Parts: sequence; structure tokens; C-alpha cells
Amino acid sequence: MSRYARAWILLAALAAAALFPLVVTRPTWQNAVILMLMTAQLGVAWNILGGYAGQVSLGHAAFFGVGAYVSSLLSMKLGISPWFGMLAGGLTASAFSAVVGWPCFRLKGHYFAMATIAVVEIVQATVNGWEALGGAVGLYLPLTETGFAGFVFNRSKLPYHYIALGLLLLTLTVNWLVARSRTGYYLRAIKDEPDAARSLGISLTRYKLQAIALSSGLAAMGGTLYAQKELFVDPGSTLSTSLSIKIALVAILGGVGTLFGPVLGAAALTAIEETSRILFGGTGRGTDLVVYGLLIVLIAVYQPAGIMGWIAGRLPSSSPRAEPGEEGR
Amino acid sequence: MSGPLLAVEKLTKRFGGLTANEDVSFTVREGEIVGLIGPNGAGKTTVFNSLAGFFAPSAGSIRLRGEEIAGRPPEAIAGRGLARTFQIVRIFKGMTVLENVLVGALLRHRAVPDALSRAREALRFTGLDGRADEPAGRLTVAEQKRLEVTRALATEPRLLLLDEVMAGLTAAEVQEAVEMVRRIQARGIACVVVEHVMEGIMPIADRMLVLERGRLIADGPPRAIAHDPAVIAAYLGEEYRAPGA
Repeated sequence: MSRYARAWILLAALAAAALFPLVVTRPTWQNAVILMLMTAQLGVAWNILGGYAGQVSLGHAAFFGVGAYVSSLLSMKLGISPWFGMLAGGLTASAFSAVVGWPCFRLKGHYFAMATIAVVEIVQATVNGWEALGGAVGLYLPLTETGFAGFVFNRSKLPYHYIALGLLLLTLTVNWLVARSRTGYYLRAIKDEPDAARSLGISLTRYKLQAIALSSGLAAMGGTLYAQKELFVDPGSTLSTSLSIKIALVAILGGVGTLFGPVLGAAALTAIEETSRILFGGTGRGTDLVVYGLLIVLIAVYQPAGIMGWIAGRLPSSSPRAEPGEEGR
Repeated sequence: MSGPLLAVEKLTKRFGGLTANEDVSFTVREGEIVGLIGPNGAGKTTVFNSLAGFFAPSAGSIRLRGEEIAGRPPEAIAGRGLARTFQIVRIFKGMTVLENVLVGALLRHRAVPDALSRAREALRFTGLDGRADEPAGRLTVAEQKRLEVTRALATEPRLLLLDEVMAGLTAAEVQEAVEMVRRIQARGIACVVVEHVMEGIMPIADRMLVLERGRLIADGPPRAIAHDPAVIAAYLGEEYRAPGA
């Protein structure tokens, strides 16, 4: 794809995302697209660690949850603006991820992924039994007056749409900058051949920790947005393994290690979920997991490089030189 | 310069009950090419892994430019000026040829544009510049081996460890590899070369080390090595017996 074609597609997508809630006014549709943007943001954040560095985390809901809980508690107990809470949540999640990453990075491949599942489960069990954090019941955020400063909007979904879009663009920008940096190349080297990377002076632990800190901090910011949108946080919805799987799945479905893969993956997954909700009705516990499982099998068997890989395979072979971070794998 | 570039003393490496290297001592001077030969399983790659930090030696000392490096991690040793290639190539298959070399160049040049120009320079030096933008996995085996050397050179080492870079190459490719090692030496970079291809290593080595069952059994100029009855018995075979020996 030429540089121009790519720029035009990006502009068109951005315009569509910006205009959508103005054109489509049905709340169900608006809500679905906000969910899609939020899921995409989480997938893009996950991609820094899972895609570029190749460290598949099935524990990102833990970081998402830290963001949701930190900003909610700060605003409920200390009256601190959730905007500040978003930053505080991001930094807390970064620090937390570095602490859990240190031992987990001693494990490789599947073992690392399994350890991250344990992390979410431990965090969920801890919060479930912690009364000050609302325990298993969760936290209801007080309905304050609507407005930008308080990060609460009751009358219309529009502000949430644009905040979600802004956060997604921020996360994409960070991802893009990382891919072009020394760290980005080092992460891809670590993913491909860790021993060769070490022989070239790359400290595996140091760069994996950088990746998990960035990735978890951005995921936590998504957690704050979720908390402010729902005005309700509980362990079941924010600290679950199924959310962790969903975050990883949108990136894998779209194409790991590609900038826009997780966005395409989120669009596809949201469409599938909404359709299945219409077909099978309600939020029947389990249908989402069946869909995730089916998708994982299908991707693994037919399209390991995801949607981006499928697109790349169908384009007339363009210049073989891939932009850093944009080739499928 | 005072003292050797690399001084290995009584290097010993055991894996459980197996002793892979025992009391191996040798030195490498600045800009020297040293061949390391020996039958399969003699412990050549184990020596490399200890030197490069992939194994912590069970005993002994390894000094690089006077500094003890035994037991330090590979990334620290790379920073001290030692680079290596791998017996089985380990190129970054998800990257282009240029990006592979870029990763090496980033060690001493933190800014990507700066490192990119160094990487291009390194590719010109090894003659891979024509393939810079191709996915690394598309190269032939000979080219992949050359890419590993280029990537290692991009870290700007003082000492380069080459692990069987000539194995499996055609006669013409071996000649190219020999030529490349000579030009690396001309840049003032010392090389320790593990090799089975005698036609490749004998003409260029300043000195040869011979390992057998983990022990060093000879250390000297290639000519002397070729005449050494112990070496001939252990490894070289009748065809390398010099006339009249």
C-alpha cells in the first residue's frame, strides 16, 4: 500500500469515527461503537507487550482494574478529579506491573501467559475480600453534576465517545512512537531471538519491564474511562480472566505487532458480539467465552497473522520493505 | 597496548558430571585471528558460550581488556566489546536485513537515524547492502550467516567470536567468507574462529588452538599445528600430514 493510500484510509477512518455519533443517534449503536473504541484502545495497549515484545499477557484486566479502582477511590474518598485519577491509575498500574513482571518474566512463552492469568485471579480474589474497596459488591460512583471537570456526562453519550476516541489516538501515537524507537526495535529483537538480542547488548528484563509498564499504564487509563462511563466498578466486570482474554484476542484477531491490527480486531469482535447478543439474546453468561474460544481456534488454524495479515496477503505485492511495526507475523 | 585483549585462565565448565571444558588457558592479542578447532563434542561452542556470558564458568578466569568478565551476563559483555555469531543462525526473521543490523548498531548509537547510517555502512562492508530492505528470512543460508556477522560487527566489537560461519557453504562462498574475515582483521578487530572447514581457517589464522575432550592439546601457528602428532591423531587426519613429517 502506498504512503498516500494509507494516509487517505487513515483520514477517512478518523472522519468516520468522529462523525459517527452525530449521524447515528440510536443509543444502542452509539454505545456499541464506544465499546468498540474502548476495546480497541486496550488491544493497542496490550500490543506493546504482547505484539512487539511477544510476551503474551492474559492478565491485562488486572491493570485495567487498577486504573478503574484507583481513579474511583480517589474521587469517592478524596474528591480528586478522575482526570487526575486517570494519570494516577496509569502510574499505579505501571508500578504494579513492574513488580509482578519481574518474577513473571523469568518464565517463557506459555508459562508467562499462565502466570499472568494467576495475577488477575489473585487480584480479583484480593479485591473480592477487601471491604474498603467495595468487596465483591463493587463501588458505585456518586452521580455528581454533569461536566467535563468531573468526568461525568449524564445527558448524552457523545462526550464518552470523543474521550474514548481521544484515548485510542493517544495510545496509537504512543505505540507508533515506540515502534520507531530503539526500544521498539529491541522489543521485536527480543520476540524473535532472545539469545541473539542479549548477544547484541540488550537486557531482556529491562526492556520487557519497559514494555509492560507502558502497556499496563495505558490499559489502566482505559480502566478509568470505563469506571466513569459505567459509574460502577466491581471485580467481576473489571478484574476477570474473560476480559483479559478479550483484550489479547482483539490484538491477535487483528494482527499482533501491527499498529492498527487491534483496532480492526476490536471492530470485528464487537460486531460479532453484538450480533450474537441479538441472535442469542441477553448477556447469557458464557456465549462471549464460546465466541472467544471459537475465534482463537479459527485464527490459529487459518490466519495466524490476523486480519492485517489477511489484507497484506491480498494486496498486489507492494514494496517488500515493511514499515517498522506494520508487518504481520 | 599492554597485555592481551583476551586472557583465559584455567577455564572449566561442568554440566553435572560432564566436564565440557577443563583448565583451558589461552590469550588473544589485539587484531589477531585465532582458530579454534577440534572434533565434534570437544567443547568449542562451550568455550564460546562461557566467553560471551551465556554460561557461567564453573572455575577459571576470563579477562577482556584486563577486566574480569567470567559470569557476567551476555548483554554486559557485548557492551565491553565482545560480539559473537551462533552456530545455528539466529537472525531476527520478523525484520528486514537492515533492521537486523540496526539492532546491533543501536548498542553504541542510541538515536535510530544515527544507528541506521551505521547499519548501512556495515552492510556495505560485508556486501549485503543490495539486500538491505528484504525480509531477513528470505536470505540464503550463506547470506544469513553473513548477516549475523554484519549484525555483530555493528556493535563495534574489539573481539569477534565466529562459530562455524563457513560450515555448509560452497567452495566459492567459503572463499568469500575467508576474504571477509581478513577484512574484519584489517579493521583491527580480533577474531576467534571455530571452524571445521580447514581450507577456510588454516590460511588466515595467526594461531590455532586445538581442543580435545574439553582440554586444550595444542596452541601455536597453523604450520606447527599441522605437524603436531597429537593433533593429527586427534583430529586432522592423514591428509593434513605435511610432507616429510
